[in-house]
Amino acid sequence: MRGGPESETTTDERHSSQVAFDVNDARRELTLDNRTTLLDALRERLGLTGAKKGCDHGQCGSCTVLLDGSRVKSCLVFAVTLDGRSVVTVEGLAGPDELSPLQAAFVAHDAFQCGYCTPGQLCSARGMLDEVTRGWPSAVTDDLTTPAELTDAEIRERMAGNLCRCAAYPHIVAAIRETATAR
Amino acid sequence: MRPFRYHRPAGVAEAVAVLAAEPQAAYLAGGTNLVDLMKLGVQRPDLLVDVTRLPLDAVEELPGGGLRIGATVRNSDLAAHPVVRRDYPVLARALLAAASGQLRNLATTGGNLLQRTRCVYFQDTGKACNKREPGSGCAARHGQNRDLAVLDWSDLCVATHPSDLAVALAALDAVVEVHEPDGPRDVPLAALHRSPGEHPERETTLARGALITAVRLPHLPAARRSAYLKVRDRASFAFAVGSVAAVLDLDGDVVRDVRLAYGAVAHRPWRAYRAEEELRGRPFSPQLAARAADAELAEARPLRHNGFKLPLTRAITVRALTELAEGTPAP
Ligand SMILES: Cc1cc2nc3c(=O)[nH]c(=O)nc-3n(C[C@H](O)[C@H](O)[C@H](O)COP(=O)(O)OP(=O)(O)OC[C@H]3O[C@@H](n4cnc5c(N)ncnc54)[C@H](O)[C@@H]3O)c2cc1C
Ligand code: SF4
Ligand code: FES
Ligand code: FES
Repeated sequence: MRGGPESETTTDERHSSQVAFDVNDARRELTLDNRTTLLDALRERLGLTGAKKGCDHGQCGSCTVLLDGSRVKSCLVFAVTLDGRSVVTVEGLAGPDELSPLQAAFVAHDAFQCGYCTPGQLCSARGMLDEVTRGWPSAVTDDLTTPAELTDAEIRERMAGNLCRCAAYPHIVAAIRETATAR
Repeated sequence: MRPFRYHRPAGVAEAVAVLAAEPQAAYLAGGTNLVDLMKLGVQRPDLLVDVTRLPLDAVEELPGGGLRIGATVRNSDLAAHPVVRRDYPVLARALLAAASGQLRNLATTGGNLLQRTRCVYFQDTGKACNKREPGSGCAARHGQNRDLAVLDWSDLCVATHPSDLAVALAALDAVVEVHEPDGPRDVPLAALHRSPGEHPERETTLARGALITAVRLPHLPAARRSAYLKVRDRASFAFAVGSVAAVLDLDGDVVRDVRLAYGAVAHRPWRAYRAEEELRGRPFSPQLAARAADAELAEARPLRHNGFKLPLTRAITVRALTELAEGTPAP
C-alpha cells in the first residue's frame, strides 16, 4: 500500500481516525484516538490481552506481535498508522484448541514461570525463526556473507529484546532450539 | 500525551510543505524514538506526518559503485542486505549491535540518524535541561554524567548522540540527501549533527521541516575490511558506553588509508581525523594505534563520572585496528 490521497484514513483536523487492519486474519475496523498504540488497541478495544504491557517504552519485549510477518514492539506503534496492514498476536499463532510446535516446545521445556513475558517471547521467537530462514545475520554471526547456523549463542542474541523477570532463559533457549531443529 | 492530528502525505514535496506550514508538526517514521518521547511528554507535536509509506524504501546500487539507501529502509533490512554485508561490514555490524530485533524491524535509516539523546535528564520533564527547554539549565553537567560526553561539550549541554548507525556512516563518508523547504540538498554525514555550543536545542544543520530522503555511501573498496566495536553495560540490547567504527587499508604493513569514528563521546558521531593522520603512511602496530587514539583524545575534557571513557576508547581503537590488520575482525 503506497501513500496517496485515496489511502488516507483521516482528515487532518481530527484527533481521531478510522482505521481498518487485519488481526489474526480477521478484518477489524476501529475509530481510534490517534494516541492509541497498537498494544492498547489490541488489549483495550479488541479484547486480545495476550500481548502484555511490561514497560510501554520498547525495553522489555512483552508486547511483541507480528506486523506483516515481522516481529515488532506494539507499544511503540500508533494504531492509526496501520491501515491495510496485518497483525498476528499470540492468540493467532495456532487455532483456539491447538498449540503451534513452538508453543508445545515452551510447555515441554518449562520455558516460563509466571508467564507474563511468554506471549512476547513466542511472537518474537516466531519472527526470529523466519528471519533465520531468510538468512539474516545477527551481532554474533562470525561470517556476514554466509547464512548463520542457529547456535545457542545466536538464539540468545536474537532474543535479547525479550526480558524475562523469572529468568526462564535457559529453558526458552532450549524450546526454541528444539523447534528450529524440528523444522 | 498531547492529542495530535495524523497525516499521510502523497509525496515528498507535500510532506515538506506540510511541515513548513505547521510549526508543531513532526515526521513519524518507525516511531521507536518519537512515540517513546511523546509518552514521556518530552516531544509534544500536534500533527504527525507519517513518512513510512513514501517511496523511500529502496536500497540501490549506484552506477559508479556505492549505494543509495532510502530514508525509510528499516534497520533490519539494511543490515541483511547482501551488498552491505559484503562491501560495508562496518555498517551491517553497527546496525546489528543496536537495539533489538523487534526495534530494528521498525527503526528507519532517517529516524535513526535523528534520534534524540539518551541523557536521562533530557527524558525527565521534571529536570532542568537546556536541550528540552532552552535556558532552564543542565542537570547533567554536575549530576550523573557517566554516560555523557568527553569531547566538544559546552557548559550548556554535555549530551551524546546515541546512534550506532551514524558512527559507521561517519567513518564511511556517507552523504545525507535531504529535501528542505527550499529544495533538495546534499549534506555530508560529518556535517549533519551540531556541537552543542550555545544552542543545544539545535541538533542538526538541517532547516526546519527538512526531510531526509536517502543516505548515499561512496564507492570505498577498502571498507570490505572494516569493523564496528561496541562496548555496553550488558552483552546485548544496550546503548554504547563506547564504540568505534574502523576501515583499514594496508599496503604490506603500511597504512595506506584508514577511517575512524567514535560513538558515545560527543554530541555528534565523532570522526577521528587526527587519529587517522597519525596512522596514515606509517607501518601499523598496536602501539601506533594507541598513539593515534591519544592524539585524538588530547583535547578531551572528561566529566566527573566518565573519565573511564578515555582509556576505553583508546583500548577499542587498538583492538579494532589490530584485528583488522591481522585479518580477524571479532564480531
Ligand atoms: C529500548 C531501545 C534500545 C535502543 N538501542 C539502540 C542502540 O543500541 N543503538 C542505536 O543506535 N539505537 C538504539 N535505539 C534507538 C533506535 O535505533 C531509534 O529509536 C530508531 O533508529 C529511530 O528510528 P525510527 O524510524 O523509529 O524514528 P522515529 O522515532 O520515527 O523518529 C525519530 C526522529 O527522527 C525524525 N524523523 C524520522 N524520519 C525522518 C526523516 N526521513 N526525515 C526527517 N526527520 C525524520 C522524527 O521526526 C523524530 O524526531 C534503541 C531504542 C530503544 C527504544
Ligand atoms: S546534558 Fe544536554 S540533554 Fe542532558 S540535561 Fe544537560 S542540556 Fe539536557
Ligand atoms: S511493553 Fe512494549 S517493550 Fe515493554
Ligand atoms: S516467565 Fe515470568 S517474566 Fe518470563
